[in-house]
Amino acid sequence: MTIAQDSPARSETSAAACSVTFSVNGRTSSLVLDPRVTLLDVLREHLHLTGTKKGCDQGQCGACTVMVNGRRINSCLTLALMHEGDEITTIEGLGSPEALHPLQKAFLDHDGFQCGYCTPGQIISAVAVLEEIGAGVPSHVTADLNGAPPATDEEIRERMSGNLCRCSAYPNIIAAIRDMVEDHV
Amino acid sequence: MRAFTYERAGSPAAAAAAVATQPGAKFIAGGTNLLDLMKLEIEVPTHLVDVNRLGLDLIETTPDGGLKIGALVRNTDLAADMRVRSDYPLLARAVLSGASGQLRNKATTGGNLLQRTRCPYFYNTDMPCNKRKPGSGCAAMGGLSHNLAIVGASDACIATHPSDMAVALRALDATVETVAADGSERHTPLADFYRSPGETPHIETVLRAAEMITSVTLPQPLGGVQIYRKVRERASFAFATVSVAMVAGSVDGDIRVDRLAFGGLAHKPWRVEAAEGAARSAEAIADIVLAGAKPTADNAYKLPLVRRTLAAVIAQAKSESAR
Ligand SMILES: Cc1cc2nc3c(=O)[nH]c(=O)nc-3n(C[C@H](O)[C@H](O)[C@H](O)COP(=O)(O)OP(=O)(O)OC[C@H]3O[C@@H](n4cnc5c(N)ncnc54)[C@H](O)[C@@H]3O)c2cc1C
Ligand code: SF4
Ligand code: FES
Ligand code: FES
Repeated sequence: MTIAQDSPARSETSAAACSVTFSVNGRTSSLVLDPRVTLLDVLREHLHLTGTKKGCDQGQCGACTVMVNGRRINSCLTLALMHEGDEITTIEGLGSPEALHPLQKAFLDHDGFQCGYCTPGQIISAVAVLEEIGAGVPSHVTADLNGAPPATDEEIRERMSGNLCRCSAYPNIIAAIRDMVEDHV
Repeated sequence: MRAFTYERAGSPAAAAAAVATQPGAKFIAGGTNLLDLMKLEIEVPTHLVDVNRLGLDLIETTPDGGLKIGALVRNTDLAADMRVRSDYPLLARAVLSGASGQLRNKATTGGNLLQRTRCPYFYNTDMPCNKRKPGSGCAAMGGLSHNLAIVGASDACIATHPSDMAVALRALDATVETVAADGSERHTPLADFYRSPGETPHIETVLRAAEMITSVTLPQPLGGVQIYRKVRERASFAFATVSVAMVAGSVDGDIRVDRLAFGGLAHKPWRVEAAEGAARSAEAIADIVLAGAKPTADNAYKLPLVRRTLAAVIAQAKSESAR
């Protein structure tokens, strides 16, 4: 399907707008967007879901981590237009202040943050990490590629390495995730 | 980011045709390298052709017992595939050593092969760089080059190729399949896919304009002990300073190196066939690998690092083959 075949759009300021429809936290959104808009910017600037953070905008920090069709990705390195029909889950869709996701509660119980800027990305990533271990997806530190990966601290650390924490709350982040291991893996 | 138009292709040949018709058009797959470079206006495509939903995300067994990996297979799915894990563990290990879980969920087989260098001056548009701006010079020579090439470079460019996956694929004798705008297909051995920098470091592969990668094919499994060891500046989520891909067998308690390729050393995945096919000490192998090496003052540390990493890999191969 050709979405836009308008002018070559070489100017710095304008590009032919395109429409896209996807669901965010169970709610369908239809948007008309400049093709340059990343999924991260659409979440924050257009849908005002500011839980997802912009740290580096280069795939290096993980603050922008969201789930797309159940898999975690960096929302800063993907175009919103590439997500036609996708189901996106952000930190706002995981739990609410009244009904926290168990991992959100574990982060509170273990002080898994200081400034909190990296926290939404950490929590989304951690939920996905537990699912990945449960599904048998191997990691760099998995000793036996043919077996099921164990939910050890070493595995969790390696799998969480795409989420940086400038406040270095790492020990407590690991403690919070470890709390969840018995329930979810 | 410069403005561009966007379309979703209907088939691989249609995607190639779409890129061929619009000057400055590019394919976009995972987007994890291209969008990063577009934000910095190092890549300035006028039109993006999205190749994500063309059914190229399958891994299939070939009639002769190999594996055909679709160009859009995500790095996570490639490394998690049971056939890859048991028959091509070198590839699974290399992929798992790269990037982060989030990035591997998006990064594709084709895009990974075509990712650009991480040379700091390629990324810094204020500095001369022959790869980014042909003829402008090379700021890395005499500048920060600690992570750049020690072999196979040229006077125009000393950049390294950053892919881990490509190093394993090179050791495993993979072939790259492509389709052109007129629908014609080609098979290129990975051995011939990447170019040496020479005077034209901006031309990195033998791909023609608008040629699209559709799959990567592995020959029959090699067996043997397969090791991918990546040395980097932190324990995870960093590019290789040196990486070694080795397939080895054992003869009378000695390790015979059947396949040997390196990452972090050269402009392309660096296979050293001269060191293959015999039992040699790590030192003797390193002598072959490093013959003709031309390090800078900044990256001369890679010479001993190659020796020590090889020694560690040989020792690991010994203990694994004794099991
Ligand atoms: C922070 C960070 C850390 C990283 N660390 C590592 C690491 O340690 N090791 C490592 O190996 N990699 C690493 N990477 C790189 C990552 O692996 C690549 O960005 C990724 O593999 C690129 O794949 P993609 O599908 O996203 O490509 P894209 O960004 O979509 O495309 C890359 C290029 O390939 C072209 N292209 C894509 N698909 C095709 C096709 N089918 N046919 C023809 N052309 C095509 C595009 O036009 C573009 O020029 C890292 C990346 C980041 C951001
Ligand atoms: S080494 Fe290559 S990529 Fe780096 S500045 Fe020189 S020409 Fe550019
Ligand atoms: S903002 Fe996306 S990884 Fe840092
Ligand atoms: S809590 Fe401050 S960056 Fe992680």
